[in-house]
Amino acid sequence: MTDVAIVGIGIHPFGRTDGVSGLEQGAFAVRQALRDCGLEWSDMQFAYGGSSAAGNADSLVNSLGLTGLQFINVANGCATGGSALQSAYMAIKSGMFDLGVAVGFDKHPRGAFAVEPEKMGLGKWYGDVGLALTTQFFAMKIQKYMHDFGISEATLVKVAEKNYGNGALAPHAWRKTPLTYDQIATSPMISHPLRKYMFCSPAEGGCAIVLASAEKARQLSTQPLFLKGAIVRTRHFGSFEVFTQGQALEQAPSPSVDASKATFEMAGIGPEDIQVAQLQDTESGAETMHMAENGFCADGDQEKWIREGYTRIDGRLPVNTDGGCLANGEPVGASGLRQVYEVCVQLRGQGGARQVGNDPKVGYTHVYGAPGLSGCTIISR
Amino acid sequence: MNQRGAAKALHKPIDPKLFTWPSSNPRLLGSRCNNCGTTSFPSQTSCPRCCSEDVTPCELATRGTLWSFTIQGFLPKSPPYAGEETAATFQPYGVGYVELPDQVRVVSRLKVSSPEELEIGMDMELVFEPFRVDEDGAEIISYAFRPVA
Repeated sequence: MTDVAIVGIGIHPFGRTDGVSGLEQGAFAVRQALRDCGLEWSDMQFAYGGSSAAGNADSLVNSLGLTGLQFINVANGCATGGSALQSAYMAIKSGMFDLGVAVGFDKHPRGAFAVEPEKMGLGKWYGDVGLALTTQFFAMKIQKYMHDFGISEATLVKVAEKNYGNGALAPHAWRKTPLTYDQIATSPMISHPLRKYMFCSPAEGGCAIVLASAEKARQLSTQPLFLKGAIVRTRHFGSFEVFTQGQALEQAPSPSVDASKATFEMAGIGPEDIQVAQLQDTESGAETMHMAENGFCADGDQEKWIREGYTRIDGRLPVNTDGGCLANGEPVGASGLRQVYEVCVQLRGQGGARQVGNDPKVGYTHVYGAPGLSGCTIISR
Repeated sequence: MNQRGAAKALHKPIDPKLFTWPSSNPRLLGSRCNNCGTTSFPSQTSCPRCCSEDVTPCELATRGTLWSFTIQGFLPKSPPYAGEETAATFQPYGVGYVELPDQVRVVSRLKVSSPEELEIGMDMELVFEPFRVDEDGAEIISYAFRPVA
């Protein structure tokens, strides 16, 4: 079977772009990705696309061109972008196609994500009494983790400080102003122990990735990147997830653990081989826990890793080099693809002021979110 | 609070399937799987662990231990939130999971809203209280947990 390559990448800046619809941001990203590899929309044999709040992705053809290609809409919660990419991977891997695109975009209203408990099969009472908030889940997961593994509040502050600092160096990032340790540590308490500047916000943005078979890629590019693994997994019984009313006593690993293991197995490498990583940072506790859930360190070692700066751009394993969700916000349809975009930029050596210095050859992405699913990729030169 | 006599008609449970009501000793309701023994909360008609549909409603324990907690620091969006506070009157409230021995961990509002007064592993007990007053003037009853004195 053919290897699957990434030949083109494109992004519409994340954040708030008044007057530009989510669909338009998605089309912008596709056009940029096509220019990146010198192709036309009419060259695309298929597309997978998704958005949670900004329209039907297949409507992009009205703007990009009615070429008759196979366009399939993807809706998979916070892993929508990662799922579009995984679907594109399979389409090429199967041998059915040798050139196509994965695209995601979104444009969420300001403020916290809207929640409708009854649509998720949950009782109305749950929303009535003020329990249907994603922020509470993230806070209680890191609260328990801090208790069990000795993670300090300082670590949560430093993770956020790093990401805002990285975002200031990324042209596509939303928040381009670094925040000091004290600004983060004294920001309002949102959901103890998590403060305002430790959380990402819903936002806007678009991202597109053009994929090709290895054979096709070598015709198109002298330096294609290869998608060595792409996996999506959902929760098992006993995994602690958002919007859990009754939690099982028996505990299962999170879907991130499953997706990560399967992705490493697929690529035939281990966490020690990864030189740059993008890990889901819905809030700084999530990035902290995801370092261990993805196999990069043992539970509790994050305290040392963060203190020593291992995950900074100049560290041994740079994490969230474009500032992650904290600096980019989380347009759900595009967020997982942004991580892939950023790894590709780093592997091409095009990161400019945020380029990691170890001449990285292998990178990793991890997206996680509601309703308890995770998607990982491994990309190499 | 008064659950008996004339006042009873003015009390409504927030959800008729969530706990026994009216009752002199109200209990949260769950379901227990007759195939694998898993207890679920709230009650459901199949088992999320083994998929069996052979489940029986059951009453849950009124005491447990605090598994984790947070403090809700801002007024939640409405809807879905149905509390009567405004941004000006809102007071942060505690939220946690209480582990009921050999049953299930239930999510709950807590009667304590300061992190200094909460500790993972502490003993907690179930209480019932009015959450709000509905358009007919009836008190809507919900549940919460508080530290055991």
